[in-house]
Amino acid sequence: MILQANSVTKNFGDFTALNKVSIHVPENSIFGLLGPNGAGKTTLIRIINQITGPDEGEVIFDGKRLNPNHISMIGYLPEERGLYKKMKVGEQALYLAQLKGLSHHDARQRLKKWFEKFEIQEWWDKKVEELSKGMQQKIQFVVTVVHEPKLLIFDEPFSGFDPINVNLLRDEILELRKNGSTIIFSTHNMASVEELCDNIALINKSVKILDGPVKEIKRKYFTNSYHVQYQDFNSTPYQIHEPGFEILESSIEDGVCSVTFRLPASKGPNDLLAAMIPHVSVIAFNELIPSMNDIFISTVNAVNANHILES
Amino acid sequence: MNKIFLIIQREYLTKVKKKSFIIMTILGPILMASLFILPVYLATRQDDKQLVNVLDETGLFFSKFENSGNYTFIPVTSSLQEAKTTLSEKGDYMLLHIPATQLNIPDNAIIYSDKQPTLNLKGYISGVMSKELEKHKLAAEIRNEILRNTPGYKAGGDTTAVDLMSETILKNIRTEVEITTYKTGEGGEEQKSFTELTMVVGYVGSIMIYMFIFLFGAQVMRGVIEEKTSRIIEVIVSSVKPFQLMMGKIIGVALVGLTQFLLWIAFTFIIITAVQTAFPEQFKKTQTQEAGISGKSVALPNETAPAAPNSITADTGNDDLNEIFEAFSSINLPVMIMAFLFYFLFGYLLYGALFAAIGAAVDNETDTQQFMLPITVPLIFSLVVAQTVIQNPESPLAFWLSMIPFTSPVIMMVRIPFGVPTWEIALSAGILVIGFLGTTWLAAKIYRTGILMYGKKSNYRELWKWIRYKG
Repeated sequence: MILQANSVTKNFGDFTALNKVSIHVPENSIFGLLGPNGAGKTTLIRIINQITGPDEGEVIFDGKRLNPNHISMIGYLPEERGLYKKMKVGEQALYLAQLKGLSHHDARQRLKKWFEKFEIQEWWDKKVEELSKGMQQKIQFVVTVVHEPKLLIFDEPFSGFDPINVNLLRDEILELRKNGSTIIFSTHNMASVEELCDNIALINKSVKILDGPVKEIKRKYFTNSYHVQYQDFNSTPYQIHEPGFEILESSIEDGVCSVTFRLPASKGPNDLLAAMIPHVSVIAFNELIPSMNDIFISTVNAVNANHILES
Repeated sequence: MNKIFLIIQREYLTKVKKKSFIIMTILGPILMASLFILPVYLATRQDDKQLVNVLDETGLFFSKFENSGNYTFIPVTSSLQEAKTTLSEKGDYMLLHIPATQLNIPDNAIIYSDKQPTLNLKGYISGVMSKELEKHKLAAEIRNEILRNTPGYKAGGDTTAVDLMSETILKNIRTEVEITTYKTGEGGEEQKSFTELTMVVGYVGSIMIYMFIFLFGAQVMRGVIEEKTSRIIEVIVSSVKPFQLMMGKIIGVALVGLTQFLLWIAFTFIIITAVQTAFPEQFKKTQTQEAGISGKSVALPNETAPAAPNSITADTGNDDLNEIFEAFSSINLPVMIMAFLFYFLFGYLLYGALFAAIGAAVDNETDTQQFMLPITVPLIFSLVVAQTVIQNPESPLAFWLSMIPFTSPVIMMVRIPFGVPTWEIALSAGILVIGFLGTTWLAAKIYRTGILMYGKKSNYRELWKWIRYKG
């Protein structure tokens, strides 16, 4: 466990930004920190970065209570990011790397390596304002990782990148994990969560409402639902009646029926097929796996509905 | 500590490399040099003929004053009281009173006038008087010296001995004439007034502090806003504490200010010296023509010049700039510069933190207006009051304003050339340092929260909330 937040609470005046939030980030994994806007993700990230301190609770980093020595072990790419416009790229990268505790010499060497890797050496003496937004994002990424931190925190890392650079960045993130870094990843982009994250925590209205490994969460939200497309032999659709089989949705188009079934817990896909095959010609069959997007929306909505009910 | 140094270094280097800094560094000395030269030039301009009543109780000096195009010297034989009454009745330019003393030849004179006598006239009077005094003293000295040395003295003997002797003589006769100016008020009351130069020095010092605070304070503010709008702030505060960033910025800009100030001083002296050496004759000529009084100086004969008695009668005719420098040295320049540096530095630090807090509280420069008011009011107020303080540097108003840290940098600068008791300076300096710590503490709290706030129109109530947030 590289990072552990234990029951962290943070208030701004009367407003509670985080209410007893605990997260556990295993080492060498990618951790997704999810939640709607204003849920408190950024506050939690700022606490981990020691930009602010928690009112209650504690954060444990690598077995020790979070302290200023940890700053150089954490790399942070904030959602609101930018660079000094009038400063030269190389000068600025050196400055930021040194602020993270690298010596001037080390910083220069490592930066050179990264600049070569991204093939951006010729930008070294350019002013930041001369670069496009995507170029600036690359520089920003480099200065985030140049001090080889144990823990990397990316807040919406893909915003502002074109698809080619998104791929490049994703590959870099995966490689960072391969090389032993742990990555906390805050995003609204659920597709990237599914693709990259090993674990997630979902925060809504300053409270953590869901967390765990992505696979387990998906299993938990497994609904035993299937989507079937078929053609009817006797052109009378929707005639499959088995006890407990629930039809969630159905439609017919060009003689092809599409039906979504939910099965009782005791039944499986074979039972459904066995029941259907004597009557219809099955064209397509697939299990409905809940996407992280669905889980996100349904969980948040359910909690919010409860709130409304309670109040 | 290492990180704060990095921040200071970056602030300093980026600011010093800026075009605006280089332009200011060049323009500043030109402005300052003209500040030195202009008063001299203006002081020598006098259009109508002025009557100078001279009450010379010693009878030694009057005959030596020569009437010129602008000044006519009239002898007065009545008592001082009568002479003063006549002065205000007739509306003459001024009364010069040279009191007789019993033991020595007087080396002081008093000017009564309802106007400020020009520097040039005063220079002329003291020049004539010191020349006269020196003659008398020289005569006495030579007599003494020769009497004392008669046994060993041989005409045409060892010249080094004579040179040495002459030098000693010269040292002994060196005389500075002190002229006190009393301003005759409307009701005939005498109010002690000081030379224009003291005023000019004090006022220039306070204006410079005022300017520096605004100039460099605004730079801090703009720097903070820049970091906010370019969104680099969050990247940086994940590496350093907001307080470190704020202090690094403030100190970095302070060093820029000091650099600029020192460069200004150096360049100003270079320019003045260059002007002096390049056009010494022209300077003198124009002034002679316009003022009708040659720029005779209070300055003493040049020390390196051969110390023959003749050199005294041969007027050295230094130009008026020398006069200014001479007068400067009477103000105690080191104390002045030390005080200036201290009040500039801490005045700036006190306000700098507040400027940083304002920068943090807004999203762009146009929003700063509402928060600027509490900063500009005490500064402008102190500059306005400074004009009153100049007239009366020891009034209770002057005292209290030089204790309040928000006004003391400007007000104290006005007072220091007039001489301020050490305990007052120490107390004022101590309060200023405490004030600086106080505003920095307060500003740091606003700064810490403000730099991460976007898109929210902040107001004073909001700021108050930020101050009360826990770290």
